[in-house]
Amino acid sequence: MNDIRHSFLSGARDSIPILLGMVPFGLICGAVSAGAGMSLWGALGFTWAINAGASQLAALQLMEHHASLTVVVLTGLIINLRFFMYSASIAPHLKTMPLPGRALLGFILSDQAYAMSIARFNREDGAEVNKPFYFLGVALAIWVSYSIGAVFGASVGTFIPPAWDLGFAVPLTFTAVVVPAIKDRPTALAAVAAGTVAYFADGLPYNLGLMAGAATGILLGYGVERRLARD
Amino acid sequence: MTDPANYWLVAVLLGLGTFLIRFSFILIVDRVTFPEAVVRMLRFIPASVLPAIIVPAVLLHGTDGGPVGLARPVAAAVAVLVAWKTRSILVTILSGMGTLWLLRAFL
Repeated sequence: MNDIRHSFLSGARDSIPILLGMVPFGLICGAVSAGAGMSLWGALGFTWAINAGASQLAALQLMEHHASLTVVVLTGLIINLRFFMYSASIAPHLKTMPLPGRALLGFILSDQAYAMSIARFNREDGAEVNKPFYFLGVALAIWVSYSIGAVFGASVGTFIPPAWDLGFAVPLTFTAVVVPAIKDRPTALAAVAAGTVAYFADGLPYNLGLMAGAATGILLGYGVERRLARD
Repeated sequence: MTDPANYWLVAVLLGLGTFLIRFSFILIVDRVTFPEAVVRMLRFIPASVLPAIIVPAVLLHGTDGGPVGLARPVAAAVAVLVAWKTRSILVTILSGMGTLWLLRAFL
């Protein structure tokens, strides 16, 4: 029990540095939802149900342009395909949790929650925490900050000056996580290849540049590792 | 098409679909043994997905051109060095945001 509480709190505490970066994204999603004519509760319901900002913004934009329901939903789902990769990567760490609990963990899985947790689990002392509860602490803190942002965004608008560029905290968070994850030549090559492909494929619709970059990195890293193992 | 009823429909369908994507592997993980190739590929997911998010965000988005356009790339380079030296998420974010604000003020 103590172990559970300790792990939960330690996850929530570790996520404090990135929470400030979560609020502006919530603000934007809330404000855009309200701007599209939703009530405060409508905007919150929309945010909570989907809980993935990039796809929410894309869906709202398409609806504004009178796209069909199928196009709106499919576009959002394609943008969210990256969650398959997070799910596969984090799942082995969450398997001790009973099924209903795992459904909750799946629901609050976000880019940031994935990044922060996998960074902790891959550390040498990664097995010292109760992983599902550590993940719950991280993901819940992030979800709450994002929701607070959405409430303010939908009610009073985006009050943080855009010049502060607080959204830049998001790529900085991922930088802080990915640098220690590059441990050997295969992971370094995977990272460089993924970044390069994503750069050149940025013009692809539906965020597919991200998927193309990630898939290239994963396959190349795997291939290089196999080759090195054979030599 | 943009009447409020449709927002709810999108919220429900996109929300449910996204949940199923997120939950997929977390749901089956204790019932299915992943093939060895898949297990080996899992290790490369963080090292691949995150750079694929970072690189366009730093080099292509949020840059208005001109010398201010250098602020994000330089701040990100500082953050990479700091992350490598300190391995601290807090210090990395603070140094990156600090560099960004300094450059924006002086460029």
